[in-house]
Amino acid sequence: MVEALYTLFGGEGPFLYFLAILASIFAIVLPLLIAVAFAVYFDRKIWAAVQMRRGPNVVGPFGLLQSFADGLKLFLKETVIPAGANKAIFLIAPMITFTLALISWAVVPFADGVAIADLNVGILYLLAISSLGVYGIIMSGWASNSRYAFLGALRSAAQMVSYEVSIGFVLVCILVTVGSLNMSDIVRTQEGGILSWNIFPFLPVFVIFFISALAETNRPPFDLPEAEAELVAGYQVEYSSMAFALFFLGEYANILLMSAVMAILFFGGWYAPVAALDFIPGWIWMFAKIALMFWMFAMVKAFVPRYRYDQLMRLGWKVFLPLSLAFVVIYSGLAVSGVIGNIG
Amino acid sequence: MLPVAAFWLFAAITVLSGLLVILAKNPVHSVLWLILAFFSAAGLFVLMGAEFLAMLLVIVYVGAVAVLFLFVVMMLDINFVELRQGIVQNAPIGVVVGLILLAELGTLGAAWTFGDDVAKNAASPAPVVEQVENTAALGNIIYTDYIFIFQMSGLILLVAMIGAIVLTHRTRPGVKRQDVSKQSARRPEDAYELVDVEVGKGVALPTKKG
Repeated sequence: MVEALYTLFGGEGPFLYFLAILASIFAIVLPLLIAVAFAVYFDRKIWAAVQMRRGPNVVGPFGLLQSFADGLKLFLKETVIPAGANKAIFLIAPMITFTLALISWAVVPFADGVAIADLNVGILYLLAISSLGVYGIIMSGWASNSRYAFLGALRSAAQMVSYEVSIGFVLVCILVTVGSLNMSDIVRTQEGGILSWNIFPFLPVFVIFFISALAETNRPPFDLPEAEAELVAGYQVEYSSMAFALFFLGEYANILLMSAVMAILFFGGWYAPVAALDFIPGWIWMFAKIALMFWMFAMVKAFVPRYRYDQLMRLGWKVFLPLSLAFVVIYSGLAVSGVIGNIG
Repeated sequence: MLPVAAFWLFAAITVLSGLLVILAKNPVHSVLWLILAFFSAAGLFVLMGAEFLAMLLVIVYVGAVAVLFLFVVMMLDINFVELRQGIVQNAPIGVVVGLILLAELGTLGAAWTFGDDVAKNAASPAPVVEQVENTAALGNIIYTDYIFIFQMSGLILLVAMIGAIVLTHRTRPGVKRQDVSKQSARRPEDAYELVDVEVGKGVALPTKKG
């Protein structure tokens, strides 16, 4: 993508190359932020529909502009910094959360060859960035100098570290059969219609991945870090105005990222489900698959009650960890014996 | 030109944040500077073309080890004034240890040559960087020629882990444990009983079944 823009700009000198990188970053980030605004709207609409309410319907046609109105409201509010807070860390924390949520998108391929950086270790990069996500939360919890915020941060850190382990093992299952850590390569092995998508051979690990992704993004039923009933709002309790908005945007950008990763790993990325639909461009398929995954996230939020914290940790360490470890062994065996995948 | 600028940027950040780890007054800030140092070291790895190591550094050290470190430091109730008191009388020892380490590192770096047998022992010749990506290259070596050493280091880590658990684990009396299968198997008839109580007689408490 950067290379294509570079040749479009004339293809000379480091300055133009730098410009091409900047342009491709903007080309990903701007649509992403708009998508986040609409994702919040759709999340609320789906939630409302399940509970037989109307949801946001006042601002703009069908309430479509609700998220933008909320954003404007947050932008105009005063930023309150608690007197006992550690100012620098208090302000850096939301920035870290937001930035990390954006930079993960660098390796996501939207169509064949359309990614800012087509890294050889794309999957590891995603894992690395998502393991950094915990810092925004711990730092905000500690810097707020508030018991609720700190408890929320501790819960969240423990939860994210635990579920990362099973996410890692699920990724290993896929990597072993595909034989590459490159995101585009993973999609390319799923070419040829819906039957060659990874979802069929990998259905059990997809279930583990989906549930772990819910925990990793602090979504219900695992939203204990925020748990408004017990912790008010967890690590976000002292934040107002844009600092809060950054957390909020980061959270939804992460949810969309997880949806994109599931679309790439299990649902054939930019490929059409049947060959007759190949005339529709790849990025539209990618977008549709991300939307489908997001819909699943939203539905889970609407009808699953919140877990108790000890049950959450039990599920992570005593159920998912041994299960995913067993699946690593099973899928490695299948891959080596040549039943699935293209190695062996 | 761009890689050189990037190198100086990452190197400067690594050294500066390394310094700030020891100079920062607040221990939590120290840990955060340490994390920044790890992160820029990962950047240096990427510049060297070792992207696999860079990602592992971020995942393992920044994502897991430093998080636990940060946890511990945040939970500790540290008295800053008390912490500063010993700095003057302990400084000479610290300086001496540091100098010895520096001298040792210097000697190692200056006197390092490969022995005659190394070429024989290195069973796999290094692959050409452009042809094999480093994940595959590392895998090819670790899981074939060096499998026993690799497995042994894994076992040593396992032993250390089990040892740490055994040393810190205490069995306390009177702890109520949750047994989920037992809870799920519980039926209404195990939990309560309806009895007709005759006037003036009363009933004894039912004996516990589960």
